[in-house]
Amino acid sequence: MSRWPSPPPYNLVGKHGVSPHTNHDDRARFNFLAQLNTHLATHVLPANATAYHLKVKPAFEQEHGRAPKDRHEVRRAMLKNPQFQTWSALRRSSMELRQQNGREVVLRQLADLNKRAADLNRNSSKLKLDPSFVVPSYVAKVDFHCMPGGYVDELAPDDVSAAANYDVGIFATTGGGLGRLNDGAGHALAGWLAKNAPELKPKRILDLGCGLGHSLLPVAQAFPDADIVGIEVAAPLLRFAHARAKSLGVDNITFVQANAEHVPEPDASFDLVFTTMFLHETSNSAIKNIINETHRLLRPGGLCIHLEQPQFEGLPPFEQFMRDWDALYNNEPFWTRMHEMDIDSLMENAGFSREKMFVSGAQAVVDEAIFGKQKDDVEDYGRKASWHAFGVYK
Amino acid sequence: MNDAPFDYIPLTGAKPRGKRPYFFDDPAVERVLAITMAVAQEVAVLRERLDTIERLLEKTGGVSRADIDAYEPDQDAATQRSEWSRMYIARVLRIVQQEVEALNAAPENNYDLDAKADELGTT
Repeated sequence: MSRWPSPPPYNLVGKHGVSPHTNHDDRARFNFLAQLNTHLATHVLPANATAYHLKVKPAFEQEHGRAPKDRHEVRRAMLKNPQFQTWSALRRSSMELRQQNGREVVLRQLADLNKRAADLNRNSSKLKLDPSFVVPSYVAKVDFHCMPGGYVDELAPDDVSAAANYDVGIFATTGGGLGRLNDGAGHALAGWLAKNAPELKPKRILDLGCGLGHSLLPVAQAFPDADIVGIEVAAPLLRFAHARAKSLGVDNITFVQANAEHVPEPDASFDLVFTTMFLHETSNSAIKNIINETHRLLRPGGLCIHLEQPQFEGLPPFEQFMRDWDALYNNEPFWTRMHEMDIDSLMENAGFSREKMFVSGAQAVVDEAIFGKQKDDVEDYGRKASWHAFGVYK
Repeated sequence: MNDAPFDYIPLTGAKPRGKRPYFFDDPAVERVLAITMAVAQEVAVLRERLDTIERLLEKTGGVSRADIDAYEPDQDAATQRSEWSRMYIARVLRIVQQEVEALNAAPENNYDLDAKADELGTT
């Protein structure tokens, strides 16, 4: 049983070799935002459904003689509702505060952070950056979740600021739901594999869009003898990911700057290929290419698994509308497009067979002594630390 | 501590690319709300700091009100306080900064997110 409050205090967030130093007020700001986001999800967000069912939908029905037929009609009506306006304005404001706080912490110590990363990365054969690499425009031109400069902008040589800002502040966005090292999704995936695919015993593992390596490290630790590759397009994330992994004593991962649409690895060379919270930050064309790559890269009998929020298909229009919020108001322009795609058909077209596809779930696994058990009754539409796990065996 | 080779404070509140959504009928309400939330955050920070001081005092003895009244910051303290104050103003007025940036932004950095996804969806 956890003795710490929920969300727990920021000083319990784990440190590694490229963690930015935080002072008392920095930590107090993240504590405030974790509390604010928890409050909004628990107390303000649910009132949107109330407003919809009690006021907005009846008024719509009165005017049109029918219920709203899709999420667009729900949205046009809800945008005029004061409850939705207030919650949305607060949620947006909270995200902007989080970005400013994270950037304040990181930018004021940027030279030191970049040096710490460079020292950990120097002469490593496990970090493969490509100075001629062209970042695909769907990443280069979007400031995902309101991060100024996105994942790729560099403010100094050997810059890791985008990654360090992501790492230092994600506690606030998730209210601590991802655990001590923000790696609850990786532990969830490792747990899923142990339970559902104990016979797999992967020798080679590939993480597409590995970001900071948050999800990859727990998988690497679960398979210490495996040869593991994490690919990512953004150099600041790769520098940070490698330095973080090295400082945490994980040495079986090679971090490679490459596009998940064209992975520089031979056919049938992996036993396990996975993504976590990745597909929704790529374009529709890219997803198709990525799914094709997963088929090419897997050996027969190998497993491909993706962790994302649920697809929209079959969800009521109001829930689709709520889940669309981040796409429209938190700079996640591909979010809805990805969640509307028929990914099973993409997998089938890539050469996978429908009988070998599955849909499952995975919940963040965190140190419950500190972070408590995830509350299953609070739905934060897209922010919740539990996922739709789907995939296919080749 | 500030080792940035540039003035980092204006960069902390930089506007992300893409149009900012406004939810209230009058954008002025949104502006005031965003400012209020920043102030609310800083009140929470002060409260937490005060709490720290109280707990430390309880453990280690005391400072008197006279000590506090008589305190004169030295050069280092004055510099740290000035830096705090600049960051504080930048934080509270972030939305004003971003509206100025939106006014000044090149049109290609003020795009409609949905239109951009249309454009980039086939890249």
